[in-house]
Amino acid sequence: MDSILGVHEAALLYRARRMEVLAANLANADTPSFKARDLDFAAVLDDRLAAARTLTTTNARHLRVDAPATHGELKYRIPHQPSLDGNTVEADLELARYAENAVSYQASLLFASGKIATLRTALTGGR
Amino acid sequence: MSFNTFDIAGSALSAQSLRLNLTASNLANMHNVAGTPDAVYRARHAVFQAANDPFSSVLAGVDVRGVIESTTPPIERYDPGNPQANEEGIVYASSVNAMEEMANMISASRSYQSNLEVINTAKQLLLRTLSLGQV
Repeated sequence: MDSILGVHEAALLYRARRMEVLAANLANADTPSFKARDLDFAAVLDDRLAAARTLTTTNARHLRVDAPATHGELKYRIPHQPSLDGNTVEADLELARYAENAVSYQASLLFASGKIATLRTALTGGR
Repeated sequence: MSFNTFDIAGSALSAQSLRLNLTASNLANMHNVAGTPDAVYRARHAVFQAANDPFSSVLAGVDVRGVIESTTPPIERYDPGNPQANEEGIVYASSVNAMEEMANMISASRSYQSNLEVINTAKQLLLRTLSLGQV
């Protein structure tokens, strides 16, 4: 058994990090020339898949094939309505994304606690 | 989950409340007059900048860089009956723009609310994470 929580552990980490990024955007909603940033889910997923595909090296003379190191890279958002002071934060949209992220976090948390409940049932034999 | 979210949103709360305080001060002193142009009250505004966290160069809260005084010249008015008028009977009135201040106030209060929302949600999620696996 590698990890009890499976993919949900990584998902929780991603959601927690994205929460910080979105909180930073919202905190700087009135800062002149601040550029809003976000994590790209597809890019993070690609990174993890690539990392899972890397070759195992069993000998010191084996060549290592590293996954491209783009994990967790922040990207700048393209604003719908840029403001005059150069700020690209759109507070209502950021808040919507924040809420969506929080729901996804809770979903992952629910799956994780389900896994733990399953394990507990197996350990106690359902008693 | 780390406690970073609280720091980030907390910095925004303090910055926005300072902005709200400055607006209150500007509105309260809107009708001040003085005998010289230098003595009259000038509108004050906060200047925000993104704070750089020394531990992570990418995530930033907000910092108040300073408070600047408006450079708009005060309004000259002929009012010899005013006890603060100078020898020529002129008083200088503060040039605070009420419309600008009200707009500023609404923007600050909205930003404060959304950051409070962020803190509340983060707190709920953190508490649920703490009770993960408990029956």
